[in-house]
Amino acid sequence: MEYRNVLTTCVYCGAGCGLYLEVLDGRVVGTLPAKGHPVSEGKLCIKGWNAHAFIHHPDRLTKPLIRRDGRFIEASWDEALDLVAERLAAIREKDGPEAIAALSSAKATNEENYLLQKFTRAVLGTNNIDHCARL
Amino acid sequence: MKRLEPLKKVVAEALGELEGVVALRAKWGGVAPHLFKGQEELEELAIAPKYPLPQTLRLIQRAHPESRLGLVARGCEERGLIEMAKRNQIDLERVKVIGLACTAEEAQACRCAKPYPGLLTDIVVGEKTEPVANELVEGFLSKSGEERLQFWKKEFAKCIKCYGCRNACPQCFCPECTLEDALWVETGRIPPPFPSFHLVRAMHTVGKCVGCCECELSCPAHIPLTTLYTLIRREVGELFGYQTGESLEAKPPLVLPMEM
Repeated sequence: MEYRNVLTTCVYCGAGCGLYLEVLDGRVVGTLPAKGHPVSEGKLCIKGWNAHAFIHHPDRLTKPLIRRDGRFIEASWDEALDLVAERLAAIREKDGPEAIAALSSAKATNEENYLLQKFTRAVLGTNNIDHCARL
Repeated sequence: MKRLEPLKKVVAEALGELEGVVALRAKWGGVAPHLFKGQEELEELAIAPKYPLPQTLRLIQRAHPESRLGLVARGCEERGLIEMAKRNQIDLERVKVIGLACTAEEAQACRCAKPYPGLLTDIVVGEKTEPVANELVEGFLSKSGEERLQFWKKEFAKCIKCYGCRNACPQCFCPECTLEDALWVETGRIPPPFPSFHLVRAMHTVGKCVGCCECELSCPAHIPLTTLYTLIRREVGELFGYQTGESLEAKPPLVLPMEM
């Protein structure tokens, strides 16, 4: 029997509301607003209140999928990353860097977002970088 | 922190005979509910800001119905436990309640009519303070019907439909919530329909709301929800002679079938 709360930051937008993930017997079962938090002062929006919902969701992708003959087939990370690198290089070679765009995510950390824009600009050679939180 | 050290002692003692105690823990610069299981954790025991702890107890009891737990409860939380027990949401037989009296400042902040426990326990840490009169409600009652309608129209227009009031409420435990039913609440619209959204919730708190203020504290739009719920509590008292959370024996005037 174990119940504890883990303090974290909402992943859904740039506001950065403070929330606790409720952990019951090793599973994340709920969200509580972080009272006294300097940003959100114990309040959340409907997305924040449901921040725990995707963690154990049955539809969540936990392994890479590669489309073969119109169907998604599970693959290893090495296999998936090799394929992505190969295809990006081929597209860049044939049509130039402007044929590629990168979409980053509000669910990622600042550091990961920084890394993606750096990769897009410095490695792929394009400024076509945007994010999903353009709501 | 005059209450913290005495509370630590009481919780430490309770841990000797129980599997765990539900209370607040200070960690990472914040405070949240926690199931304390060992003496070594008590360094992190905290008192405020309050959270709806009866909800936490319900969650743990549902997963571990045989467990014997303690719970640190303020006056409002004790009242909440009583109403939840009447609707089979918690098993009071398996809970040792450790009372915590609110300070005068805390009682003032919640405009609390009974800022101390003592019905389910003899142990109360801290000194009882005086009940606080709800001046907001009295001021509101001096307005005309039309003024009150305009007041609520203006307040509920701020609602962003986050469901925070419902989520934070220890007395909201229906497995299927009417507020998520498109028959009663049109989807994809903000603010939600006036007055149905808020009045459906208000009606469903009849005979249950114990005035813990968690709905108002969680509202990002600062809607003065406790004003509405205090008035409903008063009406239930006048019409049915029922005071929420006052006794385990008194039968509530309204029990919804989906609550049981």
